[in-house]
Amino acid sequence: MYRYIIRRLIAMPLLLLGIVSIAFLLTHFTKGDPLISIIGERQMDNPIVVAAARARWGLDRSLPEQYLIYIGNLLTGDFGTSLRTKQGVGVDLLQRLPATLELVVAAMLVGSLVGVTLGVVAAHYRDRAADHFARLFALFGSSVPVFWSGLILLFVFWYTLGILPGPGRLDTRTMAPPDVTGFYTLDSLMAGNLSVFAESVAHLILPACVLGWAVMGIISRQVRASMLDVLNQDYILAARAKGASEPRVLVNHALRNALIPTLTIVGFSFAYLITGAVLSEAIFRWPGMGSYAVDAARNLDYPAIMGVTIVGGTAFLLTNLVTDIAYAFVDPRIRFR
Amino acid sequence: MAETASPRPTFVRPRWATAPVTAGAFLVLFWVGVALTVQWWPIDNPVAFVGTRLAPPSVTHWLGTDALGRDVVSRTLHGAQYSLPVALAVIVSAVAIGATLGAISGFLGGLADSAVMRLVDITLSFPAIMLAMAVTASLGPGLWHAAIAMIIVSWPNYARLMRAQVLAVKEREHVEAAVAAGASAPRTLIAHILPLCWSPILVNATMDFGQVVLLVASLSFIGLGASPPTPEWGQMISEGAQKFYQWWIAFGPGMAILSVALGFNFLGDGLRDILDPRTQ
Repeated sequence: MYRYIIRRLIAMPLLLLGIVSIAFLLTHFTKGDPLISIIGERQMDNPIVVAAARARWGLDRSLPEQYLIYIGNLLTGDFGTSLRTKQGVGVDLLQRLPATLELVVAAMLVGSLVGVTLGVVAAHYRDRAADHFARLFALFGSSVPVFWSGLILLFVFWYTLGILPGPGRLDTRTMAPPDVTGFYTLDSLMAGNLSVFAESVAHLILPACVLGWAVMGIISRQVRASMLDVLNQDYILAARAKGASEPRVLVNHALRNALIPTLTIVGFSFAYLITGAVLSEAIFRWPGMGSYAVDAARNLDYPAIMGVTIVGGTAFLLTNLVTDIAYAFVDPRIRFR
Repeated sequence: MAETASPRPTFVRPRWATAPVTAGAFLVLFWVGVALTVQWWPIDNPVAFVGTRLAPPSVTHWLGTDALGRDVVSRTLHGAQYSLPVALAVIVSAVAIGATLGAISGFLGGLADSAVMRLVDITLSFPAIMLAMAVTASLGPGLWHAAIAMIIVSWPNYARLMRAQVLAVKEREHVEAAVAAGASAPRTLIAHILPLCWSPILVNATMDFGQVVLLVASLSFIGLGASPPTPEWGQMISEGAQKFYQWWIAFGPGMAILSVALGFNFLGDGLRDILDPRTQ
């Protein structure tokens, strides 16, 4: 197994370099001139301003030169300066990371709780109404555009019924809790401020449900399939013969083993979560990396686009690596490949 | 005397024609029909200002009008003329590129194989939406640029699938027989291997169709795809998001994307059951 892990680890730097190079090439073979977003369209006729801006942002150097400088800076943790916020892209991303992480964790919680439950129920009632309903619910989740379901839910629960708060992480007048982890839920608890805690949880509900619904489908389908595999095995028969109650058989005996293959789905659903986060953050005005990516793309803010793409790719790569290694530990059959 | 057949022949439903497949086929056929014929329908011009601005649903405008007084139903139906051809072009190109590279990679092995597979690995290590956003941003906003971005993020899956299929089929005896009989390498690949490789690709392409519609709409929603006044679904939802209290503006295009994606997902599921006897 260690050979497998080492092989995966050796490939990592190469893949990272690949990610960086593609992000760099994409944003440099471009029709849009980044200068427009730096100095504005009016100044483009002014040769002095254009030349100064070119020198200031390093656009007067050759492409290979720019590439090497960029890689060198990356190694020191410098992602360059955003053309839009005029701040370091690394600083921007770090500021926005906790908001996205909090949302993604909450969504994963919703998605896996409901997804696993649906999967178990569907397997138990195989080919009956509950199974069909679970399948339909899951398929809807992966077919509905999150930027639309988010709108509809906001309209119903915020505007019409008024039982849940609107966009944003907190109400506009509420002060953010003192920054420790950047998770408003944790920070407010640590500050002992229960009303802010309740508010931040309430603000999380809708975006987390929208995002969670998108991954629920994959999780419930996987749990159903592996539950069906497991339920056919002899030890389940033995458990039933001993007189174990049906919930006990399902949860303690079957689900435990059925969850192992579900592990692989975590990496896979992370891709869905990122896609969902980018779009639902835009709807819920969530100040995270997703809305940063959208703003960067809209404003042709190339350093920011590169930074977000590289960080997103790296995070995705690492999740897949960790899932695969965890899977190799749990399932001995992988080790001999 | 032999028993006579029942007077009316009973219709035997084929085993694969389950409710989801039928529903999926219905949805897909409906939208394909709309895309092909909508310009002759007796409905409002999708870009003309035909009513009062922001009128709620009524008998004349079933889903109301948008901020410029354009009919939402008409715009939604005309949206099929953009989303479906774009998605078709994306899927066909991605399959063509992916299957060709995957087949060559699996058949030749060696250096060609490693080169293609590393490219696949790197492309797949980006979350699709992020890569698509970066590509579209660098090409400049536009529906067809979004399509190019989608081709770039979609082909690697087909390359992987095709390569795995070719590797498996290559070892079969009939291929050995063909080689022994003197078939050239291209002939072996095209006539003896490839015909057996298509079914998983077909299933995946069907399932992906819905996802491509969804992602292209997402790019438009972000502002990287179609531009106004195009009645493109993602673009329309983004207009609806700005007029949040007039829910009907986004309702039509949202339902359209949902039903198209759902239709292809159902259909792909059913297709898998037909083509892959193991799952039955």
